[in-house]
Amino acid sequence: MAAIASAPHFAQEHGGHAKEHDNSLWSWVTTVDHKRIGILYGVSSFLFFLLGGIEASLIRTQLIVPNNRLVDPDTFNQLTTMHALTMVFLALMPLTAAFFNIAVPLMIGARDVAFPRLNAFSYWTFLVGALILNFGWIYGGSPDSGWFAYANITSRQYSPGPGMDYYTLGLQVLGVASMAAALNFIVTILNMRAPGMTLMRMPVFVWMTLVTSILIVLAFPVITVALIFLALDRMVGTSFFNPTGGGDPILWQHLFWIFGHPEVYILILPAMGVVSEILPTFSRKPLFGYHFVVYSGVAIGFLAFGVWSHHMFATGLGPIADSGFALATMLIAIPTGVKIFNWIGTLWDGAIRFTTAMLFATAFIAVFIVGGLSGVMHASPPAVLQQSATYFIVAHIHYVLFGGTIFGLFGGIYYWFPKVSGRLLSESAGKVHFWLTMVGMNIAFFPMHFLGLDGMPRRIYTYGADMGWSFWNLVSTLGVYLIIVGTLIFIGNIVWSVRSGVVAFSDPWDAATLEWSIPSPPPEHNFDRIPVVASARPLWDWKYGAAHSHESHAHAPIAGAQHGDDGEHIHMPNPSYWPLVTAVGLAVIAFGILFWIPMAIFGVFLLFFGINSWAFEPAG
Amino acid sequence: MTASHATATTHVDTSPDSGYGTTLRISHRKLLMWAFLASDCMFFGTLIANFITYFTRNEGTSPFTFLDIPYTSVSAFVLLMSSLTMVIALACIQRGDEIGMRIWLVATALLGSVFLGGQYFEFTEFYHKGMQLTGVNLFSSAFFTLTGTHGLHVTVGVIWLLSLVVVSFTKGIKSSESLNVEIAGLYWHFVDVVWIIIFAAVYLVGNTMTAPPLRGG
Amino acid sequence: MKGRHAIGVAATLLFTLLTACDAPGPMWFWMRPESNFARILQDLFTQIVVLAVVVFVIVEGALLWAILRFRAESSTRVPTQTHGNTRMEIAWTIAPTLVLVAIAVPTVRTVFETYNPPKVANPIRIVAVGHQWWWEFQYPDLNIITANEIVFPAGQQVNLEIKSADVVHAFWIPKLGGKRDAIPMRTNVLWWTADQPGTYYGQCTQLCGTSHANMRLRAIVKTDAEWQAWLSAMGSATGVPPSRAPENVQRGYQLVSTGACIGCHAIKGTSLVARAGPDLTRFGDRITLGSGLYPNDEAHLIAWLRDPQGSKPGNKMPNLGLSDEDAAAIAAYLHSLK
Repeated sequence: MAAIASAPHFAQEHGGHAKEHDNSLWSWVTTVDHKRIGILYGVSSFLFFLLGGIEASLIRTQLIVPNNRLVDPDTFNQLTTMHALTMVFLALMPLTAAFFNIAVPLMIGARDVAFPRLNAFSYWTFLVGALILNFGWIYGGSPDSGWFAYANITSRQYSPGPGMDYYTLGLQVLGVASMAAALNFIVTILNMRAPGMTLMRMPVFVWMTLVTSILIVLAFPVITVALIFLALDRMVGTSFFNPTGGGDPILWQHLFWIFGHPEVYILILPAMGVVSEILPTFSRKPLFGYHFVVYSGVAIGFLAFGVWSHHMFATGLGPIADSGFALATMLIAIPTGVKIFNWIGTLWDGAIRFTTAMLFATAFIAVFIVGGLSGVMHASPPAVLQQSATYFIVAHIHYVLFGGTIFGLFGGIYYWFPKVSGRLLSESAGKVHFWLTMVGMNIAFFPMHFLGLDGMPRRIYTYGADMGWSFWNLVSTLGVYLIIVGTLIFIGNIVWSVRSGVVAFSDPWDAATLEWSIPSPPPEHNFDRIPVVASARPLWDWKYGAAHSHESHAHAPIAGAQHGDDGEHIHMPNPSYWPLVTAVGLAVIAFGILFWIPMAIFGVFLLFFGINSWAFEPAG
Repeated sequence: MTASHATATTHVDTSPDSGYGTTLRISHRKLLMWAFLASDCMFFGTLIANFITYFTRNEGTSPFTFLDIPYTSVSAFVLLMSSLTMVIALACIQRGDEIGMRIWLVATALLGSVFLGGQYFEFTEFYHKGMQLTGVNLFSSAFFTLTGTHGLHVTVGVIWLLSLVVVSFTKGIKSSESLNVEIAGLYWHFVDVVWIIIFAAVYLVGNTMTAPPLRGG
Repeated sequence: MKGRHAIGVAATLLFTLLTACDAPGPMWFWMRPESNFARILQDLFTQIVVLAVVVFVIVEGALLWAILRFRAESSTRVPTQTHGNTRMEIAWTIAPTLVLVAIAVPTVRTVFETYNPPKVANPIRIVAVGHQWWWEFQYPDLNIITANEIVFPAGQQVNLEIKSADVVHAFWIPKLGGKRDAIPMRTNVLWWTADQPGTYYGQCTQLCGTSHANMRLRAIVKTDAEWQAWLSAMGSATGVPPSRAPENVQRGYQLVSTGACIGCHAIKGTSLVARAGPDLTRFGDRITLGSGLYPNDEAHLIAWLRDPQGSKPGNKMPNLGLSDEDAAAIAAYLHSLK
């Protein structure tokens, strides 16, 4: 009963009330509010998703018929490289960051993240990194050696242009952004939870954020070193990866994949967290086996560091290493599989409502099963000697990243859009978007399994008419066009609903977690009073009592004060432009290294100036 | 310190630095530094692993043509002593002795600078003997990247400590603000520990290995 | 909604059935092994696929059942708030573990079985060297060097050593087995015994630059008799045309042996000994040109000679500015090399 006694006063049902603070450009540039930063990440990442999609469409259109001449091979190699880099680092990761920003503080009952200015810095640094990575389209040519950039084709000798320099510097800067954000969220989640919210009462999405952040913090330093070595090789003449100088190209592969494999779990775990929130809400019952799902996530985090050489089975590691990594890879399939069963268990015997968010979450499971099973096929080195570097792998990648991450995140957008904007996205447009995307995705990527079995290698800009690959390439491209149509409808939905969507109140879905106990959109300070929680489903218990009730109560708004009940003034951190200045310092350093060293030195001073001013800025 | 809800008979430290109001009862900033140090472990770990991988790619010239264990032992000792002075500096400010803190922070920065000076001297010696960052000698590339990165970390630390001294002179640092010094201390001790590990991996363990011929294909 | 779900399911099934429609191409490897190595890999792969399909049917089936059966009829019913079932969860942790063990055991066995070439009496030792963007094949014990078409007999084990002269490539002939990377300063190994004579397609499968897509190859698998004939022809090959050769061929020989070709190519028996480009000994015997890219006929060869870049973008072979007649003469000469 103490749980009910600490129930927060639900905010007055003012859905769609006027914004409390100003909407000027300057307020957005200097914001340190996690909700706004989340929106910035969300919009930016989506724009990059569109850019990556354009790159994909060009790739697929080039491959729609054999011996096509839409783009030349060098441009094609840039397109495949940039499509992957854009999607992984500029679309998926920042979109995930958007969710971390918007949902995590609200779900743990906090007013913001632990370091609001560091949060803003992460966003601006991400933009700087994105600019550097894409600069090649404007000048000099983009990186073109694949997103994993295997040495030694990345050496200055074989890649003389600036493309690979944009790669090293761009990814380095993006790494800084990701690390800063991850450190921020680790501290936030460990240290800012509402009273009573033990670790095992945190929402699964928060758990996945924590595991993901720890993965980032431990994996990114490895690629930082690799990029430093590559940059030194290219700019100063060392031979870390240069075989003629005594170096070993395989070292790059090891370093890259020690980062790269955790990276793919960084990409999928948050989406799994989102799905773990959506499924219980729209099944109207708790997540089945909360503990197992959490432990699986943690286990995946641990094991992620032990499997990297399964990307290298064709390099000749030796039978012992091959076997070891094969077994480790199969091991990691177990916690992944367990989650799937837990999700099905959540649906089982539930009362399922198929909102668009739920459609995406359910489709995530269906599609991820396919991607996971093809992943298990890749875990066997002898078998993978045939599949490796073919479209069979491309199929796996897109089933887990598109059908997995992107579906999960789309679900999250439909789920949390009302909380952020105060309006619901159109369900009818949403369902059209969903079906076009679901059908399009399967038409685009399932045939790639056949193309792989038919021997079609990856990263080829064209193929002969006698190879037997023409039919499925055509089909696959048509599937991509279907996805494009669906995406356009989605954009229309967002643009329309932001202004004219059905007004959303605090809890449109009858959900169970804390973010639904405050208005939509939340006030700047989030919670009038920090709630005290007594279970993993605090809102559900406050609405329906800890005893199981089979009668659903209508939303019962309890009028309450808008300010702290005891009259205390809730002070939120002041906006600041120093995070932006510091990020610009990084940009100046990077472009200085690329084009003119004195500028880089100036950049160092600018960076220190930014950091210094930030450190001594009067505290909020 | 336990928080008391009742009367004001027990003093409750409600400053953010003490971790008041946080779930783990530790200041956000201290937790951030620990988490950052975990990532820095991975960073140095990678550099050290790479060094070990490339240690034997030295074109037949034993690294110990260049590396001088006695010399490096002295500079390691200097850095170790700087950790001691750091501890003393923190103890000073925790009991309110700001002047003592200034002295011992300067001492720490000084010892760190002596270490850096020693590194600089050692590296110029190597350079003149032919061991350089670039070129085909991978042992030297790996060595300089590893020790150079460590040196950069020490430099950042020295600047940080001196800026604390400057703040102490301009604004003053109270004993309730000792967390600022403590966090710098955490970083400094980390940098010192990393050096011990580098010293062991590069100089001591390497001494037990011979130099097999360069790998060929 | 239910109707639309059923359509979605049916469409997916139909689509899956359509897979049988498109005829397998020359690089299709599943269920089409043509060597012992390929067969071993395929057997393992098939075992895994069968298990995967079973798991797929069960799990997707359960998912489908759940979403069809447990739809909310009323908007207010709150179902039983089950939190979990530890026994079930343990069971469904053990079950995938068992499936994975069923995959792991044959996997490890096969890794050790296939990693190094089995010891046989007289393997044929071939060294494949990847270049940007063509394949060099050396037969060190037989003193033969050729390019782009790897020749060997059926029924005898080939031990292939794979190297690279520049960047990382990968060697793959799908029907004869798996692939291995070609890494500079390293040697990787593949082995197989081809079942029967024939022509098999291969391709480089590691992005290696501009014409990665064009770095293809053929495996020409011969009968024993054909193999002996090839060996002896390669042994006695000479690039100098006999005196009774047509004038065009003679003229082509003159151009080749005195022109820029000397800088990059080798032809046995002539003054050309350079190794920067493919060896052209008995070039006329090859069925493809440009590393598996085009049929080795007059039209394609002349097009190549007149515009190497146009035939293969990024081609290291420069445009020599040949006239029509010169190109035709050189083509005639090269095709005479048999």
